[in-house]
Amino acid sequence: MWGTTLVLALKEIRRHLMRSFLTTLGIIIGVAAVITMVTLGKAATVDIEEQISALGSNVLIVFPVQNEQGIWRPFDDQDIVAVREQIAGVEAVAGSVSSDVTAIYNGQDWDTRVEGVSNEFMVARSVDIAEGRQFTAAEEAAGDNVCIIGQTILEELFVPGTSPLGEQIRLNKVSCRVVGVADSRGIGGGNQDDDNSVLMPIKNVQRRFVGNDNINNFAISYDTNVDSNAMIDAVVDLLRERRLLLEGQNNNFDVIDTAAINETVASTVGTLTAIVAAIAAISLVVGGVGIMNIMLVSVTERTREIGIRMAIGARASEVQRQFLTEAVVLCCFGGLVGILLAFGLSVAVSAAFTLPFIFDPFINFLSFAISALIGVVFGFFPARRASQLDPIEALRHE
Amino acid sequence: MSGEPIIELEGITKTFGRGAAAFKALRGVNLTINRGDFVAVMGASGSGKSTTMNIVGCLDTPTSGVYKFLGNEVQSLSKDQRSLLRRKYLGFVFQGFNLLARTSALENTELPLIYHGMDKAARREAALKSLDKVGLVPWAEHTPGELSGGQQQRVAIARALVTDPTVLLADEPTGNLDSERSIEIMELLADLNRSGITIVMVTHEPDMAEYAKTIVHFKDGLVERTEYGSKSGNGHMHAGQEGVA
Repeated sequence: MWGTTLVLALKEIRRHLMRSFLTTLGIIIGVAAVITMVTLGKAATVDIEEQISALGSNVLIVFPVQNEQGIWRPFDDQDIVAVREQIAGVEAVAGSVSSDVTAIYNGQDWDTRVEGVSNEFMVARSVDIAEGRQFTAAEEAAGDNVCIIGQTILEELFVPGTSPLGEQIRLNKVSCRVVGVADSRGIGGGNQDDDNSVLMPIKNVQRRFVGNDNINNFAISYDTNVDSNAMIDAVVDLLRERRLLLEGQNNNFDVIDTAAINETVASTVGTLTAIVAAIAAISLVVGGVGIMNIMLVSVTERTREIGIRMAIGARASEVQRQFLTEAVVLCCFGGLVGILLAFGLSVAVSAAFTLPFIFDPFINFLSFAISALIGVVFGFFPARRASQLDPIEALRHE
Repeated sequence: MSGEPIIELEGITKTFGRGAAAFKALRGVNLTINRGDFVAVMGASGSGKSTTMNIVGCLDTPTSGVYKFLGNEVQSLSKDQRSLLRRKYLGFVFQGFNLLARTSALENTELPLIYHGMDKAARREAALKSLDKVGLVPWAEHTPGELSGGQQQRVAIARALVTDPTVLLADEPTGNLDSERSIEIMELLADLNRSGITIVMVTHEPDMAEYAKTIVHFKDGLVERTEYGSKSGNGHMHAGQEGVA
């Protein structure tokens, strides 16, 4: 029974190929829009999550900010020791300090930044070594002239294909030996290029570049079982005490929780995706109305044909089923074409914005199911009208 | 070929509208059509011949009276039951051919078989056999737009015959054709009748009615008189005896 109806519907669609395609265009665009928006939203979320996780996970980053009087007060080694020893659940605390320098190698110079760090800092901030090694304990303790260069430095100063390991580069007037190359860290906070940096033992940078034992910022990694809000409160309380802040005075430092940033951004992108997808879904409904419109016109136009079918013995229910099936088949066809279109669009747009392409089977299936449902809902009324025609009147219709 | 009654109308009336606007299209029609008959129904417009044909074709129901088809009372069948009766026992040929546009002669002929749930190969075979009866096998793949009026009407006849109906109902089958094509179609119908198919045809052209064995004249919603066609070469009294009201 349904096989017969399907045959009839397919014959009918083939008889009016152009019109069928135009009718279903609304559905095609609607489905393609919904899937593309959701797919790109997911891609953006994943991309942002990746960038944020480059900051390290379960990590608090602490840095000084100006107070009301415009005074900027850095941290020092004692602050780090205090955090490490006085707060329960802290696994590692690592400070860093940085200074702008000019790197010179082989007669070429490049403006960059030297960061004084420890191995611990690199672990907390997820800085991986692509080539070579981390600092040794002796190098860290003595503040030796050794460095780990970022990808940008590698590209700018060294001939492609040659190994920088063991080479001496000069940072301002300080000469240092390259012992490692860091993996790309991506774009960090404030859009600065984190790969354009040279990492050296913190003691060396404090002594030879900045001339004091200040700490610009430090990272705290903590036990995953500890609640991040409790951890933040403990850090804030301790630092307020150490920085002699009175009740009512604002913090002259800030604590950033990478996990919280992650959640906030993911939920913001999720909300935006939902809004855009909802707008796209409206076009899907409009597409459904288009189908209903054309099906109604088609019922009028094919009145005589319906009369013929009834005269040769088609029951009202069979005529209704034929028109309903036509609408559903059109919508399913539109859904399939829309999915293909969305695939192409998503791949192209992700590539253009250097986002990862992530195929989401659920949204594809859902959009297809919704377009089929639209066929049923919007095809029902025209189909019912067709089935209620009087065969005698229908045959007389011009 | 004559045999038992296939269609028996007893006191059929049909009233359209209600109250003061009511119009009595049929006022008690009595008519019997036997197996093997070729009946031409004639009459002026408004005489009730089309209404009678619609009732005979189970496209409409009478207001009162008894309609027996193959001995069974069918005047009060539901819409769906009438559809199934048409599907199984009746074949229709219309004045305007009523073929599906942009659809080949073969596919047009196959159409009723789709509702019989027949598979594609069987449909094709039966449709070709039917097109052979009207001499159109070479045109099987042509669409109505590529066929002459006479050829289109032959396709319509092939479509009506494809289900092996008990009765072929033709409503002004030559109404849209010139006289030469009309004669061809009438000779085709006469041939089909000789091979055993019962035909009921509405026409207003006396020349065409002459091909029928029996000619029933309608006037003012009643059967006025019954006579016998001269070209049918058949003068047996097997239809319409009770036709004069």
